[in-house]
Amino acid sequence: MDQVETDTTTGNGNGSANGHAHRAAVTAPADDLGRLPAILESLLFAAAAPVPVARLVEALDGPSRAEVVQALEALAHRYEREGRGLRLAQVAGGYQLRTPPEHAPWVRRLLRERPARLSRPMLETVAIVAYRQPCTRLEIEAIRGVDVDAVLSTLLERRLVRIVGRKEAPGRPLLYATTRDFLEVFGLPDLAALPALRDLGDGAEVLVARDLTVSAEGVAVTLESPAAEES
Amino acid sequence: MTAPCTVRLPIFEGPLDLLLHLIKKNEVQITDIPIATITDQYLAMLEELPELNLDGAGEYLVMAATLMVIKSRMLLPSTGEDDEPEEDPRTELVQQLVEYQRFREVAAALGDRHVLHRDVFAGGGETVEPGPAGEEPPPVRDASLGELLDALRDVLQRVRPPRAHEIGRETISLRECVSRILARFVLDERVEFASLFAADAGRGEVIVTFLALLELIRLRVLRARQEERFAAIVLELAVASVDEAAMRVRDLGDLEEWRGEEEADGSSGD
Repeated sequence: MDQVETDTTTGNGNGSANGHAHRAAVTAPADDLGRLPAILESLLFAAAAPVPVARLVEALDGPSRAEVVQALEALAHRYEREGRGLRLAQVAGGYQLRTPPEHAPWVRRLLRERPARLSRPMLETVAIVAYRQPCTRLEIEAIRGVDVDAVLSTLLERRLVRIVGRKEAPGRPLLYATTRDFLEVFGLPDLAALPALRDLGDGAEVLVARDLTVSAEGVAVTLESPAAEES
Repeated sequence: MTAPCTVRLPIFEGPLDLLLHLIKKNEVQITDIPIATITDQYLAMLEELPELNLDGAGEYLVMAATLMVIKSRMLLPSTGEDDEPEEDPRTELVQQLVEYQRFREVAAALGDRHVLHRDVFAGGGETVEPGPAGEEPPPVRDASLGELLDALRDVLQRVRPPRAHEIGRETISLRECVSRILARFVLDERVEFASLFAADAGRGEVIVTFLALLELIRLRVLRARQEERFAAIVLELAVASVDEAAMRVRDLGDLEEWRGEEEADGSSGD
């Protein structure tokens, strides 16, 4: 274990285990950059959700953002190269340790978890919401040509979409948008990373307004906005 | 190029999906649909679709009508009165198909991604049951209406029998019952169906409570789950919190101001 090295710089004298580990992280200076990937690994392991780079930089309190990003890349390469059981994923505006897909059968058996199905109606509906958000139920139905009431309820229940308000239009219909969970479930760093809509002729449409999504909690936050709010 | 006898009908996600299937099968351009052929095949498919569920049938029929209108308009010679330049009657449909196809593709791409909890897993959150293998937790499934009715019958049998001396009507409103049921979820995540009914409840109260429950399930505020057939039915919130449940119920208007006295004077968290 790394943190049992004896370089207790200053401190309260009695290096309690806690204080010690704390110090190690806080004083990861330039000459210690080699340890950075391992420290990052610990941070990501301890976090339950994707961690924005800004939070990692803050926790490390020393290395620059560029150094942290570089160390993250080093860690990611190490996982790949050594064929380890983890991968570093960039999702929902942060970094997260995930299992490689080829290990899924075993992990699933361990967790005794039957994955919740993503049906075609669900995928089509959530795709439309993702590209057209915020949008109303009617707008989705216009594209799919079928009633989407039940599918939307399922998506709300699964927290892949959420209600963001009402449209200032007759009937004040509800407006739907995708959630942070949506990005996490589909392993997307941000909305801009959505697969491109194929341009099938009629006028190219760039559909995703990047900054549209930065607002309340549970929203897709682009990587560039470090103020990834939590709440 | 007639529709071959299809043995297995693929499942279609609506009329547009079916149309795209036909276009692909006929190897024609989406922008230049041979409308007569496609319309015929579409109608033939409709007849073959074993049992369109009632919700979906309407949408398929509307499309059938649209196709026939387009077909007839294509047959008509162009009228002399040209307030507008002659427009291909298929244009709108083509746009709709193109649009739908794009999203269908993206949807497929999303489904092919490494989906969390299906293909990839992240640390934190998952608890591993310590029990030995083979003792898998029984799959929990939604209880059907029939099963709910069975459970209701059990409750009604348990309920105090109507007695001769019973006078006066029990007055309990649906709203009150909704309120009472939701209140149970403030403390508990899961509530057993049978426990909703007080031992001394009369038949009227039992039935109103049951109706309130059905309403809450219909509004997708609650979910009735059952581990297996004949197992106890357990209710759980289908929304994140009781507050959200309250909002959902209130939003839907018809039970307006259902919030009973117990909440009105408490913290009015909105």
